[in-house]
Amino acid sequence: MADSLHWIPLLPLLGALFCATVGRLLPKICSGVVAVLAVGFAAAVAFGSAWHVHEHGAIVSRMGDWIAVGPLKIGIDLAMDPLSAVMCAVVTGVGFLIHVYSLGYMAHDAGYRRYFAFLNLFTFNMLVLVLAKNLPLLFVGWEGVGLCSYLLIGFWFEDPAKASAGKKAFIVNRIGDAAFVMGMLLLFWTQVQATGVTGGSLDFSDLQEKRSLFETTSWGGWTVGTVAALLLFVGACGKSAQLPLYVWLPDAMAGPTPVSALIHAATMVTAGVYMIVRMNFLYTGAPAAMAVVAWVGASTALFAALIAITQTDIKKVLAYSTISQLGYMFLAVGVGAFSSGIFHLTTHAFFKGLLFLGAGSVIHAMSGEQDIRKMGGLYRMLPYTCCTFFVGAAAIAGFPLLSGFFSKDEILWAAWQSPRGGPALLVLGGLTAALTAFYMFRCAALAFLGASRASEEVRHHLHESPPSMVLPLLLLAVLSVVGGALGLPHALGATNFMGHFLEPVIVSPVEIPHPHTALAELGWMGAASAVALAGMGFALWLYPRKLALAESWAGSWRRLHALSSNKFYVDELYLLFVVLPLRAFSFVCWKIGDGLMIDGAGVHGIAGAVKGGGNATTSLQTGNVQHSAILLWAGGAVVLGAFLWLGGFA
Amino acid sequence: MIPLEHVILLSAVLFGIGTVGVLIRRNLIAIFMSIELMLNAGNLAFVGFARQYAGDGAHAVVLFIVVLAAVEAAVGFAIVVAMFRNRGTVNADEVNLMKG
Repeated sequence: MADSLHWIPLLPLLGALFCATVGRLLPKICSGVVAVLAVGFAAAVAFGSAWHVHEHGAIVSRMGDWIAVGPLKIGIDLAMDPLSAVMCAVVTGVGFLIHVYSLGYMAHDAGYRRYFAFLNLFTFNMLVLVLAKNLPLLFVGWEGVGLCSYLLIGFWFEDPAKASAGKKAFIVNRIGDAAFVMGMLLLFWTQVQATGVTGGSLDFSDLQEKRSLFETTSWGGWTVGTVAALLLFVGACGKSAQLPLYVWLPDAMAGPTPVSALIHAATMVTAGVYMIVRMNFLYTGAPAAMAVVAWVGASTALFAALIAITQTDIKKVLAYSTISQLGYMFLAVGVGAFSSGIFHLTTHAFFKGLLFLGAGSVIHAMSGEQDIRKMGGLYRMLPYTCCTFFVGAAAIAGFPLLSGFFSKDEILWAAWQSPRGGPALLVLGGLTAALTAFYMFRCAALAFLGASRASEEVRHHLHESPPSMVLPLLLLAVLSVVGGALGLPHALGATNFMGHFLEPVIVSPVEIPHPHTALAELGWMGAASAVALAGMGFALWLYPRKLALAESWAGSWRRLHALSSNKFYVDELYLLFVVLPLRAFSFVCWKIGDGLMIDGAGVHGIAGAVKGGGNATTSLQTGNVQHSAILLWAGGAVVLGAFLWLGGFA
Repeated sequence: MIPLEHVILLSAVLFGIGTVGVLIRRNLIAIFMSIELMLNAGNLAFVGFARQYAGDGAHAVVLFIVVLAAVEAAVGFAIVVAMFRNRGTVNADEVNLMKG
């Protein structure tokens, strides 16, 4: 398995090429099957390689030079260490299930082949991202997933709203990516400054060796490490939808639901977390940058949770929930609990993938309806979807012993006890946990329990989804339940597998004290369960039977409710302070720069001058041969006169 | 012997009359006759100079111009006839298809 690393990204790439070329000539099911098999085989190779990494250590595969300019050499080098192994397993494993699900979900879509081509292309780019051995190659994957995200958000591009949602995602990500490139260049430039032009390298292992250089070199009052870490984090904020660059993710729900599950929940949006864990040597040496990461993460977690409690679109609830959970992951890596961040990333991929696929199944059954106020009582018609959705909701809410419980538990503990953490971060995280439990069960209860509020016609078409959609749901539900086994705490007599597996990757770990006694740990877990159960219980008590009560509360706190349901007017603020000024500036550039100067004076000006001159002089051409003769004569007279006046032959 | 100045003066007067004729006469036939006048004014000057400086080359040029005038008249009158057939006129200012 050690020498087949390159097949992991290549198989989905071949699948994408097949769907885009030969697949167009064959029946459409061929494209779907090939796409699913490509990811399936990639998953098999990935799991095999991950096992090899677990037994024998990291694998490196060099596929040649990409950029070789003088002393600068950037290779197409892939490497699988424990961190990449976990990410590959998540991307190919969850990706495979979502590919299978898509066979059913997209069965009747006209863009079937295009869809699978994009989905495979996305998998390829995501795998390049997590397997890259140097920053530039990681950035290739980083941009590639961004492109596929754009293509798939705007998959139904006939709808202008969906097409512009894709553009929004692309443009907001560009802001972060610009900072990412600057951070990358700063790291390179610092090395060149220190050791001459041959000293620069962006290979992770080289960067790791030179980490003391970044910690000691000063740059504008801070260390290079801090500035670069912050710049890279801005990139992560864009990709992983953190404050203030999260605005694209809710709109990204315009894409097909399996896309939301794969790209905007399970894999791509976690790339920022992965990048920070990959660069952990840089971040642990930059405490200020880590504090920023932790606080941005914690604030995003609470902020998005506050929005999620009043959203009525099932996918919007899940989108804000994703932003919130990503905030948790950044909180974890920000306080130095890198393996906890990756653990939560993994469990989140399971249960959020499950929840999105469940939502897709509901939307499929409800003839496209996404408003949870118009659902209700779906448990009768969609038993599998209902059960698995509740499992996912319980897992994300932190129901005791489910996967989300363990991963969230670790993060909250680290936020409190880490030397980089503190009680304030714990309070933000704890509040988010309670809100998470509440809004997830509000959403699940409104959709599945109580009496149906759907129209007669929609109710008539209600049906459970086909097996290709139900099977992934069941598998992901199982993973959501048992996923916690990857990181069981010591109190339950287990070793934290994820923590130990990732140890070689975490170069300079932040020591987070463990609970002193097993009793203390159990007490802590009890407290976390209590918070989760309180949120769940409150939601289940309120919804769906006491809807009127909930509405009257919303009425009495109308201002607060409006603030939340209007997403804190962040889109409006962006419109006012960014979009409108930019649009005004563009308008001025258009009217004055382009219209007046380039078009007016330039293109039309020159053409107009020539045309006007022609019009003015055309009257000289009377067509009368004698007028021409006079001009000829006069011309000859002038030439002759001038010749004589200037002295003639003499 | 007639002095060269007289010959040149006569030639210049004939050329001037021809030029004015070309510029102001409307009838194409008259314009042609004026052009002939100008050509022969040139001939006269050539002959005058030839006699004064005893050169033979000028005689050749004169013969050449006579032939040229004949050819020009043949082509020109063919155009005039064609124009009269098509447009029913031989007035130069009634033909202005090239007007801009």
